[in-house]
Formats: sequence, C-alpha cells, structure tokens
Amino acid sequence: MDAEIRLRRISGERLKPWMFVGPPLLWTAAFFILPFAAMGVVSLWTRTSAGGTPSFSLANYAQFFANPSYFQAMVNSLEVTAMVTVLSILLAYPLAWVIAEKVPERWQRLALMLAVLPFWTSYVVRSYSWLLVLAERGVVNNALLSLGVLSEPVQLANTRFATVLGFVHFFVMLLTLTIFASLKQLPASYRRAAADLGASGLQIFVHIILPLTFPGIVVGAFLTFVLAMGDYITPQILGGNNELLMPQLIMMQIGRRGDFPLASALSLLLMAVVTVAYLSSARWLKIERS
Amino acid sequence: MRRIGGSLAIAYAIVLYGFIFLPVIVLVLFSFQGTLFPVPPFNGPSLRWYQAAFGDARLTAALGNSLMVAAASSGLAVVLGFMAAFGFARYRVRGAGVLRGVLAAPLSVSYLIIGMGLLILFNGLGVPKSLLAVTIGHVVINLPLCFAILYSQMGEHQVNIERAARDLGARDWQVLLYITAPMLWPALFAGFFLSMTFSWDEFVIAFLLTRFDTTLPVEIWNLLRSGLSPKTNAIGSVVFGVSVVLAVLLEAVVLRRRTQS
Repeated sequence: MDAEIRLRRISGERLKPWMFVGPPLLWTAAFFILPFAAMGVVSLWTRTSAGGTPSFSLANYAQFFANPSYFQAMVNSLEVTAMVTVLSILLAYPLAWVIAEKVPERWQRLALMLAVLPFWTSYVVRSYSWLLVLAERGVVNNALLSLGVLSEPVQLANTRFATVLGFVHFFVMLLTLTIFASLKQLPASYRRAAADLGASGLQIFVHIILPLTFPGIVVGAFLTFVLAMGDYITPQILGGNNELLMPQLIMMQIGRRGDFPLASALSLLLMAVVTVAYLSSARWLKIERS
Repeated sequence: MRRIGGSLAIAYAIVLYGFIFLPVIVLVLFSFQGTLFPVPPFNGPSLRWYQAAFGDARLTAALGNSLMVAAASSGLAVVLGFMAAFGFARYRVRGAGVLRGVLAAPLSVSYLIIGMGLLILFNGLGVPKSLLAVTIGHVVINLPLCFAILYSQMGEHQVNIERAARDLGARDWQVLLYITAPMLWPALFAGFFLSMTFSWDEFVIAFLLTRFDTTLPVEIWNLLRSGLSPKTNAIGSVVFGVSVVLAVLLEAVVLRRRTQS
C-alpha cells in the first residue's frame, strides 16, 4: 500500500516535466515533422490529374537533373544569392563600422534602429516599393531623364538587377545588425595594443578587427543565404518571369499545374542545398553562440 | 587626413541611409498622390487613396483577418514556448539536448518549405484551406523564437523565489501563474510582439494555406496584378505603419529591460 503510493508519486514526478514540454513538442511533431515526412513520401509519388498516385519512384528527382530549365533555376538561385550575400556584406560592413565608431555612444541605438526600420515591413510591400522606384516612369528613370543622363527610360524592373537590388536592400539592414553586434564586442584595448606595437590603421583592421568580427559576418551571411534562397516574393515581383529562381519554379508546380509530387521533390532539393550551407558554416555559428 | 576619412565615412553613411529609406519614402509619398499613378510628378497631398483603400471591403476584411491571425498565433506561440522553456529549465528531461534542437529546427527552414509541407499534409488529410490553417503555420514559425527568448531568460535566481512560494503552500499552477510568469513578463512581451510582426508580414504560408478569406499581404499581392496604383501605396503604408509600431513597442520593452538589469 505504502509502496504503491510512493511508486505513484514517483511516476507522477517523472511525468511532470512532460506536462510542460509535451504540448510544444507534440505541436512541432504534428505540424513541422509530420508535414516534412508527408513531403518526403509525396515526392516519390507519380503525378496524375487528381494530384498524385502513390508510388515509389525517384522520377521527380531525376526530372530535376534531366530538365535543363529546372536545373538552371537552382543555378540562378545560387548565383543571385551569392551575389546578394557578397554585395550586402561589402555595403553593410562600412555602415556598421561608421555607426559603431563615428556615431556618439548615446545616439548609436537610434542610428541602428533607423538603419533597420524598413526591415520591419513585409516582403510584399518592400518589393512593391522597389517596383515603384524602378518602374519605367518611376523615380529613378524620371530623375535620370530630367538630368539629361538618359534620353529615354531604361528597363530596370523585371530584371535580375532588380531582384538583386531588392534582396541587397533587405540584407544590408540585417547584416548591419549582426556586424554591428560583433564590432561592439571587440574590446578597445586590442586595438590600442596593436597600435602601441606599431601596427598601422590598415594592419589593425586586416589582422585584428576583421578576423575577430568574422563570426558575425558568417552568421549574417548564413541568414542571408537561407532567407534569400527560400524567398518567392522578391524575385517574383521584381525579377518577373524572365528567369526563374527555385522558389518561383516550386510555386509554379502547385499554382499552374497542381503537381504536388514534383513540388515536394524540388522543395526537398532546395532544402538539401541550404542544409549543406548550414553544415559548412556551423563551425562559426557555434563560436558565436558561446 | 583623419578629417577627410571622417567626412568620407559620414558621406557613406548618408548615402546608405538614403538607399535604405528610398523605397519607403517613395511608397509613403505617393500614397498621398492626387492622380491615378504612383509615379512622378507628385500631385497632392490627397487622402483619396486612403479612402479608397478603407472603402474596399476585401482589404478591410483582410486587415481584420491579419490582426486576428497574428494575435491568435502569437498568443499560442508564447504559451507553448513558455511551457517548453519552463519544462527544460526547471526539470531534468531525458534527451533534453535533442528535444530542444527539435523545437528550434523550424528556424532554419524557409517559410516556403514549411508552408508546402503543411499544404501537402492538410491536402492529404482533407483539411480545407482556411485562416485556421494559416494560424497553425504561424505558430510553427514563431514557437521556436518564443522558446529561445524565454529559455534564455529563465535564470537560477527565479528558482529560489519559486521554491519559497511552494514552501508557503502555492500549488504548481499558482507558482507558474503568479510567480514565474510575472517575473518573465518582459520576455513574454518581447516574444509576443516579435511573433506579431512576423505573422503580420508573412506572405507565403498565408498564400498557400488560404483560398477566399485571406490575410492582408496576400490581398496586397492580389492588388499588384492590376498594376501600380496609389491605392496599393496607401494600404502598403498602413501595413508598414503597423509593423513600425510593433517594432517600436518591442524596442521600448527590450530597452527598458536592459536599463533595469
């Protein structure tokens, strides 16, 4: 009798943590892991007019490698993302540096908040705003025409340039945040010590500041890569359909053709590429966390 | 030399701030356009396109839907995130490292893929496209955020206060509700408003999981198909304004917590 009560109490104690961590874990299992499994299963199906019939075939994956236009979408995505990542770092680093070094301490928070304010608006509204800027009769063309630089408007929207510009705008803000954070973590004494030992400004930057802020750059670059690879809105609104990126290709499968099996396979391939990027930057991501 | 470097740095910052704010300025300015097209020359200011936007029943319905989905999904994400953070911080859980990783996993997957997965699952189960489905999707993307924020704020100093409350006879749920939650309110607040902004702005999951009743970003997307219009500027400016208010609220709370500690 006594032992039974004790046993019950022990098992009650044991179950208690699961009362707390159980529901959130169940939620993640039901609405994140299970959908993933479903996508994996459906990617092996064969497409029919009804959507798909169960089968076990790698045909959808084979199609990606066999169809040059599908494969090209992945290449386009990687090219655009690489360009965006590099440009964003090159533009954001000096801005973060100016805010951290040239702006008086008490104004830094405000300067940083202003620098990322448009960050808070949705992809749709942000991309639409760039469309206005780049339109045939938009602000840029208008200014260049009235300055006499151009004699007739140039096409800026519906180009790869527009996609890259829209992305860079977003990621400059994001990277300014992460790089600013890592610049602020540097103790000023490091720089003074290097200067005392005779290092020039450039040497201090190349040998001290840059290596020590590298983890911040990698974290930002990783976020840029994941978010840019998976974004559908920016290329669709600004780039148009002249050349497709992976997310556009995936959305096209479900939108126009209702081809869930192929869309699943393409999604998982996209995800695999992002995972490879994650693994290759995991070393620096871990440094940042500790 | 130093001075030239300094003014060069300031000039660079000004150019970059200009680049960052250019689209926002154009968006807001031409929302007050008096004529039919949101391109120069500017004729205004006029509020006619705001009237048009708020007179559009589809847009106002979508605005209401967006607020509802954002509030519901953020509330649920904070509650679930709080439960997880409390469980992992206060109890020994078998395989805690792996399970925490599972909870955080949606952070590294793009929204498109999360939305696709849910679409295929719901499609297979016969669950119809709806605002409820979007709410579920938004909880998936915001739960890891809320968990991470709350878990990082669960310190040891709170354990003693919780223990004292228990010694004084408080039951578990009383400790949670009257002791732990009030001590963590800045983190709860931050998690909630961060989730609100993400849900409010989110497009692709909402696009995939709704059909007729939809959220504001999707409705704006539908407007885009008919080309550039100052009406889109007006509703876009409203969306931007709400996002900024949420961000400023968040910043105010985070700032306050930092200066307090």
